[in-house]
Amino acid sequence: MSSDVSALQLVLSGDPALFAIVRLSLYVSLCAVALAAVIGIPLGAWIALTKFPGRQGVIVLLNALMGLPPVVVGLAVYLLLSRSGPLGKFGLLFTPGAMIIAQTVLVTPIIAALARQTIEDLWLEYRDELTAMNLGPLGRVAALIWDARFSLVTALLAGFGRAAAEVGAIIIVGGNINGFTRTMTTAVALETSKGDLPLAVGLGLVLIAIVIAVNALAWTARRAGERWAG
Amino acid sequence: MRAPSSELPIEFEGVTVASGSVTILDDVSLIFDGGAPTILIGPNGSGKSTLLRVAMGLLPPSRGRVTWGGRIDVPPLRRAIVFQRPVMLRRSAGANIRFALGAAGVPRADHVRRTGELLELVGLAPLADRAARRLSGGEQQRLALARALARDPAVLFLDEPTASLDPVATKAVEDIIRAVSARNIKVVMATHDLGEARRLAGDIVMLHRGRIVERGPAASFFDTPQSCEARAFLAGDLLI
Repeated sequence: MSSDVSALQLVLSGDPALFAIVRLSLYVSLCAVALAAVIGIPLGAWIALTKFPGRQGVIVLLNALMGLPPVVVGLAVYLLLSRSGPLGKFGLLFTPGAMIIAQTVLVTPIIAALARQTIEDLWLEYRDELTAMNLGPLGRVAALIWDARFSLVTALLAGFGRAAAEVGAIIIVGGNINGFTRTMTTAVALETSKGDLPLAVGLGLVLIAIVIAVNALAWTARRAGERWAG
Repeated sequence: MRAPSSELPIEFEGVTVASGSVTILDDVSLIFDGGAPTILIGPNGSGKSTLLRVAMGLLPPSRGRVTWGGRIDVPPLRRAIVFQRPVMLRRSAGANIRFALGAAGVPRADHVRRTGELLELVGLAPLADRAARRLSGGEQQRLALARALARDPAVLFLDEPTASLDPVATKAVEDIIRAVSARNIKVVMATHDLGEARRLAGDIVMLHRGRIVERGPAASFFDTPQSCEARAFLAGDLLI
């Protein structure tokens, strides 16, 4: 009980260290979701509209990759970015950049798989009209992504939820360095193991509040947009 | 504005469409050329929609061939179709038309003017900014007509465009069809509404079970039908 009270006090006091942690968490996760969207949505659209050998297998694989274990992704990105790894010369390991890369790898399959499903459903509805308009492949993809935009928000939210909540990947590639790569989730893990429960609980509450706020914002935008565009 | 159409006449030569063991169109040969509207009539399942899809180039025949202006595999540059249940893009009415103009390669600078003209033609100008999917059934059907006309077609296929509309909405759509036909756009329309066929037809093609059972000028079809299927259909018997 006392730990709950001091956790609230910590949040309400506007502790700058805490806010730096919150800011970094949001920065890393939002960047990862943005990158994953840029990669995943066109990829999903391409798979939705293209017939090629092994397509079913690719779809199953993509769906399976939604459940990638964060620690495994963290390990793989660690090996890539470590001094002796193929991308070691960029010196990204233990920086926010490395964390963004790891989370992008985690989130891209989620966005691509959900976008694939959404766009394929819409394609079934639009196929005759777009074919009758003699629209080329790029025009089709652009039209479908634009018209699926409100449903795709859900895919982005799923990706954001994954990125904001995970700790396994970013603690490996970020290193949980105080003031540099410490995020809400890595801090909660650290403070809990140190026994500083008030800080851990406070960060946990902030994390949940942010996830709810982002979802509420996206939901409102989606509803407003749908009302406008039908 | 553009080069004269080379997509007419559309000629079916022994076209058969089969899906599994079901024959949807059975050895259909006919020609669509310019002139007054051609109306396809026949009961549900007689193959009218399939014939329109083949003529549009959306569905390849299982046997036989279709030529557009004497050539095969001609992309639908000057053909347009309004499906029985047109799919409205999730955008405003005006944006639906601008999208079709863009797909037809109309320069962007002309989009606003052309969109205005087309919405005016179908009587939807005041609803330009309304979400297309929030329009009524009749308004959606008229928007679909405007969207098809955005392609500046030489031939316009209509698949039961008034099937689920009330009389007022039906009249609005039929008036547009007459205006379209008056602009030298060939109209090929499927309907199972005999009254509508009488009101619009230049000539009639009657389908039954995937075969053409009778064709000819509307006047002679309605006054002196030759086939027993046509006589039964005109008499209002259930043609099964």
